[in-house]
Amino acid sequence: MSAVHATSVVPMANQIATFFVSQGDHAAAVAGTADHIKAFWAPVMRRELLALVDAGMADGLSDVAREAILRLR
Amino acid sequence: MSFIQETDYGTPAVLADKTVTLTIDGVQVSVPEGTSVMRAAKELGTTIPKLCATDSVAAFGSCRLCLVEIEGRAGTPASCTTPVAEGMVVATQTPKLAKLRKGVMELYISDHPLDCLTCAANGDCELQDMAGAVGLREVRYGYEGANHLTAEKDASNPYFTYDASKCIVCSRCVRACEEVQGTFALTISGRGFESRVSPGQSEAFMTSECVSCGACVQACPTATLTETRVIEIGQPEHSAITTCAYCGVGCTFKAEMRGEELVRMVPWKDGKANRGHSCVKGRFAWGYATHRERVTEPMIRSSIDEPWKVVSWDEAIAHTASEFRRIQARYGRDSIGGITSSRCTNEETYLVQKLVRAAFGNHNVDTCARVCHSPTGYGLKTTFGTSAGTQDFDSVAHTDVMVVIGANPTDAHPVFASRMKKRLREGARLIVIDPRRIDLVRSTHVEADHHLALRPGTNVAVLTAMAHVIVTEGLVDETYVRERCDLQAYAHWAEFVALPQHSPEATEAVTGVPAAELRAAARLYATGGNGAIYYGLGVTEHSQGSTTVMAIANLAMATGNIGRPGVGVNPLRGQNNVQGACDMGSFPHEFSGYRHVSEDETRHLFEQAWGVALGAEPGLRIPNMLDEAVAGAFKGIYIQGEDILQSDPNTKHVAAGLAAMECVVVQDLFLNETANYAHVFLPGSTFLEKVGTFTNAERRIQRVRRVMRPRNGYADWEITQRLSNALGYPMDYAHPSQIMDEIARLTPTFAGVSFDKLDALGSIQWPCNDAAPEGTPVMHIDHFVRGKGQFILTEYVPTEEKVGPRYPLLLTTGRILSQYNVGAQTRRTENSRWHEEDVLEIHPHDAEERGVRDGEWVRLKSRSGETALRAKTTDRVAPGVVYTTFHHPLTQANVITTDYSDWATNCPEYKVTAVQVSRGNGPVEWQVEYSAQARKSRRIEAAE
Ligand code: SF4
Ligand code: SF4
Ligand code: SF4
Ligand code: FES
Repeated sequence: MSAVHATSVVPMANQIATFFVSQGDHAAAVAGTADHIKAFWAPVMRRELLALVDAGMADGLSDVAREAILRLR
Repeated sequence: MSFIQETDYGTPAVLADKTVTLTIDGVQVSVPEGTSVMRAAKELGTTIPKLCATDSVAAFGSCRLCLVEIEGRAGTPASCTTPVAEGMVVATQTPKLAKLRKGVMELYISDHPLDCLTCAANGDCELQDMAGAVGLREVRYGYEGANHLTAEKDASNPYFTYDASKCIVCSRCVRACEEVQGTFALTISGRGFESRVSPGQSEAFMTSECVSCGACVQACPTATLTETRVIEIGQPEHSAITTCAYCGVGCTFKAEMRGEELVRMVPWKDGKANRGHSCVKGRFAWGYATHRERVTEPMIRSSIDEPWKVVSWDEAIAHTASEFRRIQARYGRDSIGGITSSRCTNEETYLVQKLVRAAFGNHNVDTCARVCHSPTGYGLKTTFGTSAGTQDFDSVAHTDVMVVIGANPTDAHPVFASRMKKRLREGARLIVIDPRRIDLVRSTHVEADHHLALRPGTNVAVLTAMAHVIVTEGLVDETYVRERCDLQAYAHWAEFVALPQHSPEATEAVTGVPAAELRAAARLYATGGNGAIYYGLGVTEHSQGSTTVMAIANLAMATGNIGRPGVGVNPLRGQNNVQGACDMGSFPHEFSGYRHVSEDETRHLFEQAWGVALGAEPGLRIPNMLDEAVAGAFKGIYIQGEDILQSDPNTKHVAAGLAAMECVVVQDLFLNETANYAHVFLPGSTFLEKVGTFTNAERRIQRVRRVMRPRNGYADWEITQRLSNALGYPMDYAHPSQIMDEIARLTPTFAGVSFDKLDALGSIQWPCNDAAPEGTPVMHIDHFVRGKGQFILTEYVPTEEKVGPRYPLLLTTGRILSQYNVGAQTRRTENSRWHEEDVLEIHPHDAEERGVRDGEWVRLKSRSGETALRAKTTDRVAPGVVYTTFHHPLTQANVITTDYSDWATNCPEYKVTAVQVSRGNGPVEWQVEYSAQARKSRRIEAAE
């Protein structure tokens, strides 16, 4: 796992979550974020984010983004 | 191929509900009320002699050659300025008229050089034609009187020459510059015999306001304004209609040829995008096609430190295929990908994505629309249900209020800008939302009602504040919203935008836009009649690009400005075929026609047609490919007609990604910057050398026709096809029309499109299918494609890219008229004389604070990198903002830009970078190193 990923997939997921948080309640935000990631991210990127979460290396990840990516496991 | 001769009707067509019937030379004709007698005659096939009239400009009535006799009317009125009337009886040829016309011609000819045999316009001169038409046999005045035969030529413009000795002062050029182009560069100076055409205050063309659009040259009936190429090589003998390969306006031209040599490109009057107009790029800047730096033989090398080795096509293709298969065997199927080109045809783009999905076996395909209009795709699909602009260009003629956001049409979409300006001169109102004072804000006879000079990066805050005004001041078109939109989503949105924190007063501190000005602009848009929004990359290339597109869509829905001529939401697309590249399935998550790879029915359709299994999950986008490359998982890429090293953000990161790959294949006309990192170079072909279609910003599909053989031996689609065959996935198209037939079979919005139909209709705007067999000029007329229009909440989220003590200024970027994108083509033409280098626009206060003077070198630094260029002090930019173009590789403006991107699509945030500017003394170290490395990388091994 390279540093490049730690600096790109985490903020990307956070940005997506920020948008969906502005759209509605928590549950809808998690669902919207998960759907967006599923629709637009290549599986390898999802795996990288999950691996970072699992390894405890995704400190900056927002709660909504974290819930969303875990849902996509 | 024959020479296409267009009919000149003498005066412009008139649109009127009522028709009028009259008799001309004993034959009855019915024409729209308001039509000139001259035009009515031409409709019958009767040519009335004329000199000062042409159908691109309003009649002027100065030459007195077009006289006719009308029963019951005294005298001999000019047919160009006389409108038809019911029951009118006109005679165009009588002994009296013949005598008068001869007299007029005698006067003209007595002051005209009689060098017809050696004149460049010989065979294409209306004065010559008219002398023949009126039967001129002698000139009684002699040629010894006062004349202009020794007047000097102005050859300052590289593309056309002004020979004053041949001017008949018909003022067609002056009117073309005013009415068609809207630049007002020409005047008739002097009076009577002394009168002459001159640019500005008797300046040379090159130093005047002239933008070299060519409209005057086209309008000139004599050899006075002539293309320099025609002077040099002579008149063309055959021609074909084709489409410009520069910008998304999609002008169509007659390519006028001598054998395989292009003599000139003349805008085609029947072209529905340009209606006979052009800009300096499409009209004149095609010399790159035969530029000496063009590479025409394939080359390979095993490492980027080695010189290139010229090889045969067979070897290059076999080598590429074996490298890609080797990489996939070692690193996995997903370790390679491809990039389609917005410069190439629809058929070529379709083929590259098919190659990736069917032959590579993954969805790792993307296109440069990623870095420009991908947020348009996402935003308009979410709100309206389709990823494209809603109108045709003709729609602007019905617009009452134009809103131009983050676009600079006079530079980037010049031919459409001329049509906008025409409508503005007729009285339409204008709102410009842009950090920079673009030309449209104030130019001859055009003045914006409101210029909201917002701080870069605050589009969402400004548009949401406009929505606040519209909702809280009761300006919503409630009937429209009730009938056409999702009401629950609307109610939610209305409540959201009405919150006090979205008021113009509350956001002023963030946006820098005075609240009163913003309120006035919002009121004008909502209440000024037909409101149309035109936007560009200043909207999309932000971390909130997609949100901004949705904020625009919200405004249009709330005010009922969607679904009829004159209104709409219109992205001004950058490249000639960027719309087409998106339509053709160039994105990793969708097939042609914007259908997601996870939709089973669609996927099965393609699986069946292509005979392969296809994955249901999206592939990698360009930035993701580069990230994966740096991480060691992505190893090979096929890039057709893109220069990602120069055009993508954060150059150093792109370079690192490319350098980490084992097989980079670049297919292009020139050794571009990306090719510095390539292992295989496949020479590409120009638009003049191939057959296909481009789709412009109005969804208009137009034909590209081959006028010369490809210098490199193959059209680009043939190269892709060869590569696919070498990879073991058979493709055997004999002609691009067969590729279009496949696209039509597999794509519902293209179901009715074929080359035959395009040839018959001239062009087609998709969707084109059973419901709309001739295409769709205006979308969402009765209902939105998605059903009900969807309002989306647009919360302003400040970009992470913030100014601070180290980087206190905001850099934003754009382009200029004479250059095109990374400049690979335009830099290889005389267009460079208008723009020799990129400069940094900086406000005089900011410049003074830093001790920077106009014209001096400055260093431009961001957290990504540093470059140097010359400063231009100007108050076009606000204090705190600096601006540059990105046309020259030496500047490498993208060394500065960061890798922040749009939340939804990863479209890079080019338009906002925090920078510092300081005095410099020439290129920085990186530029010097880069130039050396580029030189080294372009070496070609001498043949043995
Ligand atoms: S080239 Fe275009 S801008 Fe220049 S003088 Fe002619 S019409 Fe005007
Ligand atoms: S330059 Fe040509 S178009 Fe202009 S006034 Fe002279 S003859 Fe007419
Ligand atoms: S560059 Fe654009 S505006 Fe200019 S001629 Fe080509 S298509 Fe038309
Ligand atoms: S053509 Fe009518 S007056 Fe010149």
